[in-house]
Amino acid sequence: MYFLRLVFKNLFRHKLRSLLTLAGLVVAILAFGLLQTVVAAWYAGSDMASARRLVTRNATSLVFPLPAYYRERIRAIDGVTAVSTSNWFGGIYKDQSPGNFFAQFAVDAGNFFALYPEFRTNPDELLAFQRDRRGAMVGRVLADQHGFKVGDVIPVKGTIYPGTWEFTVRGIYEPGEDTTVTRQLYFHWDYLNEEIKKRFPRRAEQVGVFVVQIADGSRAAEISQAIDAEFRNSLAETLTETEKAFQLGFIAQTEAIVMAIRIVSFVVIVIIFAVVANTMAMTARERLGEYATLKALGFGPLFVGALILGESVLITLLGGGAGILATFPVAAAFKSAMGAFFPVFRVSHDTVVLQAACALAVGLAAGIAPGIRAARVRIVEGLRHIG
Amino acid sequence: MSPADGAGTRPLVEIARLAKSYRRGDQVVPVLSDISLSIAEGEFLALMGPSGSGKSTLLNLVAGIDKPDSGSLRVGGEDITRLSEAELADWRAAHVGFIFQFYNLMPVLDAFENVELPLLLTSLSRRERRERVRMALSLVGLADRMDHRPNELSGGQQQRVAIARAIITDPTLVVADEPTGDLDRKSAAEILGLLRRLNEDLGKTIVMVTHDWHAVESARRVVHLEKGELVDGDGGRPPGA
Repeated sequence: MYFLRLVFKNLFRHKLRSLLTLAGLVVAILAFGLLQTVVAAWYAGSDMASARRLVTRNATSLVFPLPAYYRERIRAIDGVTAVSTSNWFGGIYKDQSPGNFFAQFAVDAGNFFALYPEFRTNPDELLAFQRDRRGAMVGRVLADQHGFKVGDVIPVKGTIYPGTWEFTVRGIYEPGEDTTVTRQLYFHWDYLNEEIKKRFPRRAEQVGVFVVQIADGSRAAEISQAIDAEFRNSLAETLTETEKAFQLGFIAQTEAIVMAIRIVSFVVIVIIFAVVANTMAMTARERLGEYATLKALGFGPLFVGALILGESVLITLLGGGAGILATFPVAAAFKSAMGAFFPVFRVSHDTVVLQAACALAVGLAAGIAPGIRAARVRIVEGLRHIG
Repeated sequence: MSPADGAGTRPLVEIARLAKSYRRGDQVVPVLSDISLSIAEGEFLALMGPSGSGKSTLLNLVAGIDKPDSGSLRVGGEDITRLSEAELADWRAAHVGFIFQFYNLMPVLDAFENVELPLLLTSLSRRERRERVRMALSLVGLADRMDHRPNELSGGQQQRVAIARAIITDPTLVVADEPTGDLDRKSAAEILGLLRRLNEDLGKTIVMVTHDWHAVESARRVVHLEKGELVDGDGGRPPGA
């Protein structure tokens, strides 16, 4: 108790120095948490991937489609329980500002939501969607962001498929888990295909990717090989992989950026370590006389060393705690400013633990050397520092 | 009979053929050589000598904060040269009270907390500690300054807090290194009066380093050191004594 009181009193002895160090710690831990959250948000799409879903795409590139009739041949492969189409639509809602961006996919209305149980749907709304070829299902976050309600008509300007397309909201799906992304709009692939037949007949009956549901996740590799073997030496060979690998494939294209963000987040910690270590070294040097006095009075080197180490840990925990608390509102503001860029942007439990661990590690590492120096000070030499 | 009347009856500190040197680079600088001295229980001894004569080094050795190169040093019958660092720390906590020239108080602690500090190494309860601290601060005339921090006290008051801290554990030996060296004449006289009272009324054995003749007048015996050697080993009396 007395020890803690002494540590606490020592901490605010040089108020300006302590406050500046604390401010640095708050900013560093906040920046670290924010950057870690950005990295986590990058991987958010892959977090909701299911082990029981595969994605089959054109082996040459994702930009090349696959013939729609592949669906039946894939469905016939042993172990496959359902197949749905999925076409990236790439339309523009209102304008190209980041705040108005959201993804639209043309899917098999009949079975797509059965493949994605993490999207919780109202059965009546789902039925209404399946019965209306111009109907659409929008995610909860997207609906809340733009105020979409059932019955609203959403006009979207096509980029890949030119013209203005109108979709009627027939239902709003809810997230089943924390990591479920609900910022998308799904509409009928049949509607898209019919319109393409009218407007661009040569592009009809084509699919971006097939989402393949399998009965047993442990057979994913075997079934993927079977699907790709089915279309080997055809005009459009396929590449089948797990949904997670498919999602990570997108992230891999930006891996260097993610890695840079990750490195910068740890560089921030190294910098604040140097700042705190310098503060503690100065502190220990200034107080050598006091440590010598304590030792002369009979206090052991452990007590003296723990004083400086305790002060270092306390200042980093205070600064780290404030930094962690500040991360939540700042992350919320960041998310709001970024619009739909990060569908899932939340400070995870892991990030908070990592922030706390970094703060503690900085406190311990910065206090060890000055603590040892204080503990080892020879009384006679230390007393010369006074006067 | 006051406790001081018994001074000189039984030796508290026995020093025999004590030597100490420091290394400065490759050079060995002798500081003390062949010092033999006996300090009786209840004695008030002044160590005098010019700068660099080794008086502070001798005081540090007697107080157990430094170790000699050779010779023996017994305090209260215990050869403290044979104690390990940890044993010496415990021994100091139990037997030695320190008074420094620059008071050496913890600036973040108030007078009460500074005096209480050595008691944290004892098994006394919080209540017992509080009672003892109040008593010690009353003894040095600072009962009304308990919650003042060192920077809120004058030099003389700070030294009185340091004296209270030195006697709080009821040590057998009080060592004072230039206790009046940083004080004006009036404050110095008050501090010396207080040390005399500790010696005469409470029977504390005091060893004081000083080169202030006014301080020497308070001592019962004076020992002179020059170039690391005792000049008048068994002590000349202070002038006017």
